[in-house]
Amino acid sequence: MLETLGLLANGFTIVFEPQNLALIIAGCALGLFIGAMPGLGSVNGVAILLPLTFLVPPTGAVIFLAAIYYGAMYGGAISSIMLGIPGASTAVATTFDGRPLAKLGMADKALTAAAVASFVGGSISVVLFTFFAPPLAHVALVFGSPETFALMMLAFATFIGLGGDDIFKTLFSICIGLVLSAVGFDIISGEPRLILWDITGFLHGVNFLVLAIGIYGIGEMIWTVEEHNLGGGKSMLSEATVTVKRTIANLRELLSSWRATVMGSFLGYFVGILPAAGATPGSLMAYGIAKQISKNPEEFGKGALEGVCAPEAANNAASTGSMLPMLTLGIPGSPTTAILLGGMVIWGLEPGPRLFIDHSEFVWGLIASLYAANLFAVIIMLIFIPVFIKILKTPFTILAPIIFILCLIGGYAPTQSMHDVWLMVVFGIVGYLMRKLDYPLAPAVLAIVLGPLAEPALRQSLLISDGEFSIFFTRIYAGPIMVTAIILLFLPVLKIGYDKFRHRPA
Amino acid sequence: MIKSRRSFTKLVCIIGASAILAGLPAIGQAWEPIKPVEFVVMAGKGGGADKAVRLLQNIIASENMAPVPFTPINKPGGSGAEALVHLNDKKGDNHTIMFTLNSFYTTPLRQPKLGIDITTFTPVARMAEDTFLLWVNTDRKDINNVADFVKAAKAKGNQWIMAGTGKNSEDNLLTDFLNKAYGLNMKYVPYKGGGKVAKELAGNNADSTVNNPSEQLGFYEAGVTKALAAFTPVRLPLFPDAPTFRELDKDFVYFMQRTVVGAPGMSPEAAHYYKDLFTEVFNSDKWQQYRTKKSLQGGLLTDHHLMEYWKIERDIHEVMLRNMGAIK
Repeated sequence: MLETLGLLANGFTIVFEPQNLALIIAGCALGLFIGAMPGLGSVNGVAILLPLTFLVPPTGAVIFLAAIYYGAMYGGAISSIMLGIPGASTAVATTFDGRPLAKLGMADKALTAAAVASFVGGSISVVLFTFFAPPLAHVALVFGSPETFALMMLAFATFIGLGGDDIFKTLFSICIGLVLSAVGFDIISGEPRLILWDITGFLHGVNFLVLAIGIYGIGEMIWTVEEHNLGGGKSMLSEATVTVKRTIANLRELLSSWRATVMGSFLGYFVGILPAAGATPGSLMAYGIAKQISKNPEEFGKGALEGVCAPEAANNAASTGSMLPMLTLGIPGSPTTAILLGGMVIWGLEPGPRLFIDHSEFVWGLIASLYAANLFAVIIMLIFIPVFIKILKTPFTILAPIIFILCLIGGYAPTQSMHDVWLMVVFGIVGYLMRKLDYPLAPAVLAIVLGPLAEPALRQSLLISDGEFSIFFTRIYAGPIMVTAIILLFLPVLKIGYDKFRHRPA
Repeated sequence: MIKSRRSFTKLVCIIGASAILAGLPAIGQAWEPIKPVEFVVMAGKGGGADKAVRLLQNIIASENMAPVPFTPINKPGGSGAEALVHLNDKKGDNHTIMFTLNSFYTTPLRQPKLGIDITTFTPVARMAEDTFLLWVNTDRKDINNVADFVKAAKAKGNQWIMAGTGKNSEDNLLTDFLNKAYGLNMKYVPYKGGGKVAKELAGNNADSTVNNPSEQLGFYEAGVTKALAAFTPVRLPLFPDAPTFRELDKDFVYFMQRTVVGAPGMSPEAAHYYKDLFTEVFNSDKWQQYRTKKSLQGGLLTDHHLMEYWKIERDIHEVMLRNMGAIK
């Protein structure tokens, strides 16, 4: 413990060098902006700026990139809340309730909640990272396919178990997402599959952001246009003004969401450390569970503050968490850490169990910089909230075309193919129709994120066990997770039965 | 302190300078790219190929070898099919190059519908050949050589798990070889990417792998995994204790190419430019260091030498795939 604190103190002396401090602040601000631009998530930001980092020493470089990563986690919430377009894949869950809050004229409240929850998530996770890195690295290492599949089941269960929605419509939505997630290339058989109409664009699969921006960004816009009946020049928002008094009131109200925030922080961190999972599944799962444990689950999707806090806390916590397998195992925990890993190669560092020993200055400088980046990002974001609100007051007739263009850029950016842009427009229309027919869209998004993780894990497990499903129950980590998932899955059914029993006519 | 502050100023300057430079036209007689060069990666972000491309991009930019930036674009779809189709569609384009692997041979063979003829592509430079070794976890105290390995794998029959990248991939070819050569019945379980495969072995979720050195290096250096034998003609300097399969009387050698290829029908001047550029990159200290560190083999190969190499390798892969039953 003391030794860890000593190393951390060393890390802080590195962080407080003026140059590194400047890099953190610049990185946070840049990340915030990148994260707020639809489609330009932390992955793109880090990839674009990676070539610049060879000008500073590796520690400075990783600090800069980590600050961008962190800033982008904060920034992702901005366009999710204000425009209803997920700024980054990690911020999709934030649109579920952040957007309705903004429409109720409480965009400032949602943004404050996102900033504070992100800060809490980031802080809790970085403390966990500091003190429990080696044992958690071991968990990440032994976490194989059966464990991954059990965890994915748990994620699905939290969503199906969300009371309120029509369970069959939820299942239908999940199935659509799963089918879309299966498009592209099947690594188990080594064959392309579901290449619809032989269009080569489907070879790279259906990018999750294309679906998310399509149904949330474009679909949302069609919806708003209809709702406002093309109301000429009418502002999309009611009177959201920012005053100090209001901000303090917002902060006070946030206290009631502490459970969701803390839960999101821990969950996000643990999901984040699992190789290949990353912040997006973490934040979606946190949203699902927040709804389960909430006292007012019926408010979710209509503007529940907890629905903003949980995923925002989780995605920041997960972004810290995903650094762990990157540093200790050389396995990226998320797409962004995959790029960072490439950076480490350029800087001549070999990630792996020995990195903490051989390059302790690099590792602890990075960890200490996460503390600092977290603090700066929340300050920058809180300061800029009034500016964001100003933007929102732009008349809808002006804002709508801008949002539309941002959506198109966002759809194009990840793969740089026009195919995805068209696909996104199609998803926007389909998403709008599904919404008209009262189909929940979040489960489809969840499915397309988790499908590509769950499916190979399932097939790998069954390959190993010769088709025996017992493999999911007999292993030390997989077993309890799977049982929890099954209980959660049947919870709504039990609830319905119990309610019927209670309200039986006397 | 002073040094680091200066480098920070340099960073700021370069951001500005590169923005200005990108707008300037090329000066001089010989052909030079006039807009950013698209550097297609036939694999996903974070994999071995992607890391190599980002290093190449870094060398070109930091040594000012080219007047324009080289921008990596990942097209991992369909085991490289997406990237191949993309490059094929760029016929005659002088600003698109690709970093390629062995799926360059296998994917067009397995998916003839794509209509890809790799001999129409423009050879630029083979930068290296990656090697393969047979790995087990160091927890297996009973396995210290290939003979032990064969004994243990035989005892477990098809419960012995060999983790590898996708089906019919390089790892699968090597597993097939081992099964045949030693009369084994190992179960091949595909994972996404070599890094994931290496981790499955380190976490004891698999019994053995045939990773590249770069994928196992972290675990190897930490003493978590050990190499039993190499699929190379001679022993690798990094792993002097691992004999080659040739030494063990099984004549099997297998490499993974790391090659830069240009779009089909690229102008001869442009092809010449890229050849010179990547020759310079090949000879740079950074690339040579990377080669040593990752235990890469295979010298520089350009022009018709590279094309001949492709043809030979394609024929070898065709035979291998046919023997596996992956193609008819």
